[in-house]
Amino acid sequence: MCPKLCFEFKTRTFAQNFSVVLIKCKQVFAALFFVLAGFSASASEGHEHESGEKKGFNASEVIFGHIGDNHDWHLFDLNGHPVSIPLPVIIYHPEKGLSVFSSKNFEHGHASYEGYRLNEKNKVVSEDGAAIKDLSITKNVASMLISVVLLLLIMISVANKYKKNGVMKAPSGFQNALEPVIMFVRDEVAKPNLGHKYMRYMPLLLTVFFFIWINNLLGLLPGGANFTGNIAVTGALSLISFIVIIFSGNKHFWGHLFNPPGVPLGIKFLLVPIEIISLFIKPIALMIRLFANILAGHIIILSVVSMIFIFGALSKFAGWGFVPVSLAFSVFMFFLELLVAAIQAFIFTNLTAVFIGQAVEEAHHHDHEHEKYHAHNPETGQEYNVSDNTIVA
Amino acid sequence: MRPTQRAEGAINTYKNQLLKLHNYFSMDLLIPDFGLFFWTLLAFLLVLFILKKFAWKPIVNMLQERETGIANSIAAAEKVKEEMKQMQAQNETLLIQAREERTAMLKEAKETKDKMINEAKDQAKVEANRIMDDTRAQIERQKNAALTEVKNEIGKLAVEVAEKILRKQLASQEAQTDYVKMLADEIKLN
Repeated sequence: MCPKLCFEFKTRTFAQNFSVVLIKCKQVFAALFFVLAGFSASASEGHEHESGEKKGFNASEVIFGHIGDNHDWHLFDLNGHPVSIPLPVIIYHPEKGLSVFSSKNFEHGHASYEGYRLNEKNKVVSEDGAAIKDLSITKNVASMLISVVLLLLIMISVANKYKKNGVMKAPSGFQNALEPVIMFVRDEVAKPNLGHKYMRYMPLLLTVFFFIWINNLLGLLPGGANFTGNIAVTGALSLISFIVIIFSGNKHFWGHLFNPPGVPLGIKFLLVPIEIISLFIKPIALMIRLFANILAGHIIILSVVSMIFIFGALSKFAGWGFVPVSLAFSVFMFFLELLVAAIQAFIFTNLTAVFIGQAVEEAHHHDHEHEKYHAHNPETGQEYNVSDNTIVA
Repeated sequence: MRPTQRAEGAINTYKNQLLKLHNYFSMDLLIPDFGLFFWTLLAFLLVLFILKKFAWKPIVNMLQERETGIANSIAAAEKVKEEMKQMQAQNETLLIQAREERTAMLKEAKETKDKMINEAKDQAKVEANRIMDDTRAQIERQKNAALTEVKNEIGKLAVEVAEKILRKQLASQEAQTDYVKMLADEIKLN
């Protein structure tokens, strides 16, 4: 049998193919072409595992391995051994205190170290069963740190270019690429929602936008972490949004929340709880929207690629036959995810701006007509008020 | 294995995996990890404050400055253009005025010239007339004076002659009478 054509679709072989591919290519949409290259590279290695236990390709293991968090950054498997970058484990034990060590001490979950070990979900647990706090630099944290360094480098260099070139010189290079994005956040997100107070919130909105965007893009890179598709991450981001909303709220905002004017007392008992719930629903919606969108994108791409190996497990012809379909699908999904990366960053930023805008909105001029509907003409920028009655009628 | 059985097997595998996916979702994915939450919060806030100070403030301020700068420049250019237009209009009116003035001046000069010539002519005429009159009067006077002088001279000469003659010839009566007669005739002849 020709070694180039014969390959066994096993977990490790797949992981090997996939990870070699993922780590190799620099550009997102190039990834899928390398999958093909990976096949031929792995073909010869497939023989070596033939003697090992026959095990079907487990897509969910692969997918969860990617979308979940890990204590080491897995690159690829070599001769059945995973090759990965160990990351620092930081554990706070209520009795033993803080302990910091490399994750390679766990030997990929096969060994325990200083009374800690990895459980079947790749989480660190204490062997004495104590409730420990895991502050490890996991794969997601490491990915985030990379993004933070990139973000600081890019933005500060761009800012320095502005300082160096002065105000009236045309932007160039990266500065030119970022300027329209910054202008977009200012003119399409901050100004329409926040009015004349927009300058105060510009740093927050810009940071949120670029932080999410760059992490979305890093997540799309082969071998990248599923950072923005993690609920802890989106939770932290929306917590910040929530705190800003709460602290931006003016008298008018809180007044309408706890004592809606022009509403009968009986309705108030109904309305106030709803309003309070909606206050908390807003950041929760932010959290789930970003998390679900990015996670779904990652799962779809991985599932589409996994199809090749699932079909390949049945017969190699089915596997090869499915390659074009799978490839076309995943290229399409990658492009879609590139778009989604920017769109979700924009939506998170825009909704944050909308919610802050609601919190800082000033009282209307006619106090007796409190319940007004704000309509906004996007073309003329003209704002006009429509009373509730006309809307209902 | 027949192909249909194989396909069924594949579908079953896929089903199982979907089930696992479902289990995974319902458990782990929705529970936020404390460590990641903590680090994200910390890193984001750090990034926010560093970028706020070193990137966003300068960039946003510069952008705004540039916008106002461009707006000002455009406004200034517009103003200059407007001024130029005004100046041009002014120049044109000035030119027209100057042209009109020149025509008027030329006309005036011509009039003055004509007037001066006429005046000079008139004056010359008057003067000439006066001189002629004077000359004529003087001639008349000199003529009269000369005539008088001549008459006086003649008279004197006549008296002298008469005297001489009288002295010599008026000794006789006859001679006297002849002489008188002759004188009288002479006067008559004159």
